[in-house]
Amino acid sequence: MGSPNEYALDYYKQGADELIYMDVVASLYGRNHLGEIIKNAAKDIFIPMTVGGGIRSIEDVREILRLGADKVAINTAAVANSKIITDVARQFGSQCMVASIEAKKKEGEHWEVYTDNGRERTGIDVVEWAKKCVMNGAGEILLTSVDREGTRTGFDIELVKAVSSEVNVPVIASGGMGKPEDLLPVVLEGGADAVAMADILHYKRTDVGNVRAIALDAGIGVRRYEHTSHYNN
Amino acid sequence: MSTPVITIIDYGVGNLLSVQRGFENCGARVVATSDSKTILNAERVVLPGVGAFPNAMAALKRLDLINTIQELEKSETPLLAICLGMQLLMDESEEFGLTSGLGLIPGRVVAVPSTTTSGKTQKIPHIGWNEVHPRHVSQIWNDSLLKGNTVGEAAYFVHSYMAQPSDLKNEIAFAIYGGHKISAVISKKNITGCQFHPEKSGMVGLKILRSFCYD
Repeated sequence: MGSPNEYALDYYKQGADELIYMDVVASLYGRNHLGEIIKNAAKDIFIPMTVGGGIRSIEDVREILRLGADKVAINTAAVANSKIITDVARQFGSQCMVASIEAKKKEGEHWEVYTDNGRERTGIDVVEWAKKCVMNGAGEILLTSVDREGTRTGFDIELVKAVSSEVNVPVIASGGMGKPEDLLPVVLEGGADAVAMADILHYKRTDVGNVRAIALDAGIGVRRYEHTSHYNN
Repeated sequence: MSTPVITIIDYGVGNLLSVQRGFENCGARVVATSDSKTILNAERVVLPGVGAFPNAMAALKRLDLINTIQELEKSETPLLAICLGMQLLMDESEEFGLTSGLGLIPGRVVAVPSTTTSGKTQKIPHIGWNEVHPRHVSQIWNDSLLKGNTVGEAAYFVHSYMAQPSDLKNEIAFAIYGGHKISAVISKKNITGCQFHPEKSGMVGLKILRSFCYD
């Protein structure tokens, strides 16, 4: 599609509040390839940067933070051994430990934790796992609906609601944003503290300024940012 | 114009890279050091900090930097303290029991309230973008490092404790979280503290760093 840094710089200039870098095949190959990208991004991007995908050890975390990341998002390694959450929180602070949770719907109001970018099931209940992550020291939860990701049909509001009502840390809703308005119900009804957007921006179906304007119109307390949107409502 | 030189105190607490990159973006040259002499002879000094108050004070003590930083008040060297660094400027903190601070700005560090003013549970840490408002008349804002910024623009906060200056005239700006006023920028003479992260607050933050470099 193009260079991640070009996209990142563009989103920074559009007024994104934070950037999330995910190496989606990292778990498969057992390593994260984002180091160089983050190192370059840190030269001219001055908003928080979260890095996830293939982070397995305290050493991996130290290295990626040293290169300029502010937070790490950990999923697979935490499911394998939840102690890594505690270790990261103790060494670097809860503020940089984001528990990344991939959730797939089961019967009723239940979701199952998946790992390896939605490929492997674990049998673990999402809400219970989210509570455990927070108890262990996670400072934020990045909650991705495996069912909605890539569908452009909107967020899984029930999932976000189930988790955000049970934990006392910010929940970032991810997966399914098809149009800017999809942000409204997941925040207003689902209780999401933030939303993550990927292909809606990558494919320029909208831009950050337009999403921000729609949120402000609905009375959601996002920051105001001087930006002229290329897209009109 | 000569290149400003920014000396960042490196005491092993938190990541200096982002702060360094922020100042470099402003055209400054950055020196990171824990050497007392270098700090005392510096043109401008930055005290960063992430983590817990007692650990940070212990690290400064171990490196014999407490007196060094206190000396900066007398030499009137501009000092910018960021996040936990700002909290260290105070007399003491309640984080993990009462711990003495640098005592450069009178007041105490207390926990961010875990309930809103209307009694609802709120999320701790206070994390994210929040608007920064002037505590006093606009002249004081304009005389501070905030001067390049529009009142009410947002900056990026991450913290569980907050500084409460006992003399409100040392509080330049605040943010509101769950109805509570939270000190965002405090200042006394040559010393300024920023609770939010200017190096993570986009243009708003870069303007503050630039003011610090060139004023």
